[in-house]
Amino acid sequence: MVKYFLGQSVLRSSWDQVFAAFWQRYPNPYSKHVLTEDIVHREVTPDQKLLSRRLLTKTNRMPRWAERLFPANVAHSVYILEDSVVDPQNQTMTTFTWNINHARLMVVEERCVYRVNSDNSGWTEIRREAWVSSSLFGVSRAVQEFGLARFKSNVTKTMKGFEYILAKLQGEAPSKTLVETAKEAKEKAKETALAATEKAKDLASKAATKQQQQQQQQYV
Amino acid sequence: MNSIREACTNMKHEHNQCFNFLKGDGSEDPYDDLFKSYQQCIQKSVKEKEIPIERLEFMGHGKEKPENSS
Repeated sequence: MVKYFLGQSVLRSSWDQVFAAFWQRYPNPYSKHVLTEDIVHREVTPDQKLLSRRLLTKTNRMPRWAERLFPANVAHSVYILEDSVVDPQNQTMTTFTWNINHARLMVVEERCVYRVNSDNSGWTEIRREAWVSSSLFGVSRAVQEFGLARFKSNVTKTMKGFEYILAKLQGEAPSKTLVETAKEAKEKAKETALAATEKAKDLASKAATKQQQQQQQQYV
Repeated sequence: MNSIREACTNMKHEHNQCFNFLKGDGSEDPYDDLFKSYQQCIQKSVKEKEIPIERLEFMGHGKEKPENSS
C-alpha cells in the first residue's frame, strides 16, 4: 500500500531563473538537514537535453518511537539520488528523486515537472507527485496471515483432542478412528435427543393429570 | 555546500561555476576536464560508502507510476 501525494506550486520567477536556482539551491536556511551535494553524472543528449544525477546526503531525523524500533537505522545518513532531464527548447524540466538506503524501512519517491506557468509566462509552475511506501506494510500482512493459518491449524487439533477424550470417557478404546468416534458421537446424540423428547412428553402428560386431580378436589 | 568527500569541495565549486548549460558555451573543454577531475575526486568516497550510483536506472524504475495507489 502506497501513500500518494500530489501538489502544485508556483514560483514568481522565470523558467531560466528557476533552472539556475535549481543547481544553486544548497545551502539555504531551510536546508540544514542536507549535509552534502555532488553531481555524479552529467550528459547532453543529441537532442540537446541535459541529463544529470545529483547525490545528496541528508540527516535521518526520526521520531523517538521510530529510533527505538529501528536502532540500526539511526546512525546512518540517508543517500538520495536526484535525476533530472532538462529540455531547454520546450522549457521543461523533470526530476525524479528517491532514497537509495534505508529502503527496507521506507522509500519516498518524488517526481516534479517544472514548466512555464500557463497564466504568466514570467512565472514557473511545479507539479509535484510523491509516493511513500514501506515494506513493513508487507511484513504486517504476513504476520496476520501466519497468525490466521496457525490458528486454523490449532482449531483442528482442538477438535481432534476433544473427540479423543470423549471417546476415552465413553469407555471406548482410544485407538478408534475419528470417523467411528464421530459417528458414535452422532448416534449417542440422537439417542439422547430421542430420550429427552420422550421424557418431555412424559413429564407433560404427568403434569396434565396432576392438574385435573387438583381441580376435582377443589369442588369437594 | 560540502561534497561527500571534503577534499573535493573546492573542486566542486570550481566545476559549478564553470557550468553554464543554457548559455550554450562553445568551449566545453575546460568544463569537461574540471568535471572529470571532480568526478575522480569523489569516486573514492562513493566507493568507500558503497553507494550504487551507476547501477541504478536513470529517472528511477522507468515504469509509469500509478497516479493513485492508496
